[in-house]
Amino acid sequence: MSQHEITITINGETQTHKVEARTLLVHFIREQLGLTGTHIGCDTTSCGACTVSLDGEVVKSCTVFAVQADGGVLETVEGLAAGGVLHPLQEGFWEKHGLQCGFCTPGMLMSARSLLARNPRPSETEIRHGISGNLCRCTGYNKIVEAIQYAADKMAGAGKGA
Amino acid sequence: MIPASFDYHAPKTLDEAIALLGRLGDTAKILAGGQSLIPAMRFRLASPEVLIDIGRIRDLAYVEERGDHLAIGAMTREYALEASAAVAASYPLLLDTARVIADPVVRNKATVGGNLAHADPANDHPATMLAYGAQIIARGASGTRTIAIDDLFTGLFETSLKPGEILTEIRIPKPGKHTGGAYLKIERKVGDYAVAAVAVQLELAGTAIKQIRIGLTNVSSIPMRARAAEAALTGKPPSDAALEAAGVAAAGACDPSADLRGQIDYKRDLVRVLIKRAVTRAIHRAQGGRP
Repeated sequence: MSQHEITITINGETQTHKVEARTLLVHFIREQLGLTGTHIGCDTTSCGACTVSLDGEVVKSCTVFAVQADGGVLETVEGLAAGGVLHPLQEGFWEKHGLQCGFCTPGMLMSARSLLARNPRPSETEIRHGISGNLCRCTGYNKIVEAIQYAADKMAGAGKGA
Repeated sequence: MIPASFDYHAPKTLDEAIALLGRLGDTAKILAGGQSLIPAMRFRLASPEVLIDIGRIRDLAYVEERGDHLAIGAMTREYALEASAAVAASYPLLLDTARVIADPVVRNKATVGGNLAHADPANDHPATMLAYGAQIIARGASGTRTIAIDDLFTGLFETSLKPGEILTEIRIPKPGKHTGGAYLKIERKVGDYAVAAVAVQLELAGTAIKQIRIGLTNVSSIPMRARAAEAALTGKPPSDAALEAAGVAAAGACDPSADLRGQIDYKRDLVRVLIKRAVTRAIHRAQGGRP
């Protein structure tokens, strides 16, 4: 078993930590960093509740070892609200009731942000395709789609990138 | 669920990775995108003593046309196929496939090389690469060799890669004029393995099918070609009767298992229907139709 020292930029702050090789990124985020916004849902790479951004792309953090993220740039849901102002996506989920129990929401937000970065004006079909790696058992997805459309409109209006 | 302990190495070059693999032998496993291996480790279905992470070898991720083929580096993420202009322009079968592998988040991490080297008959690339007649490039301590895709899969999760070899590149012959392809997959939900799927690549001569290769997903213990179906269509116009004969031939030749995705007869019948639909779509594309 090997121990590794890893240096990661977490929501803009560079930190160094010791991890076992087998430590999954999601456990590192929740237990070592104390960032519990990233959730563990299925533990089978299915549900997407643990979705985070690593080096600019969303990944399921239950299916990445923390040591693989050494030298990387990690963004979790806690990093979305810059200076205490809600991200347009967070605002959209609030305004359009894009959540009920909220368990899937952190992963949904991260996937939606990645979707809008790649495609700032997605169609409804493209939104549904873009979030198809994230499961929601409450909303039936319609309100989530509306929330993402709200954010896309707002961000296009503000001329602001994801 | 936490995997068993292991030692971790992250070589920066292919030579370093091959040297490590040679030194560590059977105790080591290559970690590519990890989207199959890490779940298997979490369930303790796999407990390698050592992982050699090839994710830091930068020159293994590329998708580019080189002369008569499309070269895909083994560490190319599935998403890169979806985003590739070359794939969109000339490789509809590959684009179809890339869009239905697992889900969009998994596709950011999962790799083409890993999908093939894992040799899971439920994975999607094996059937597609069989239909394309792709070539696999492998590198080991004694050099580089080319493996025809028909010779790659030798058993359930087993390939003809030798101990100490790493799959480094996939080469797909560039389709010529009057060619078309399609991948049709029935899945219960996004992210699941196929109940059954069919990959078709063909070339037309006038109204007849001049050449055709068909791969099947998740209906045999080893990724397989539907050779009887290919024979039923080669040299013939794709009449309803010929398509039905091809579907029936493939349904009879495959060897699915009954599981939570369906009974054996159901899966065979899916193969029959998917063959007809996939060939029809491939012909439509060969005639210049989109999508």
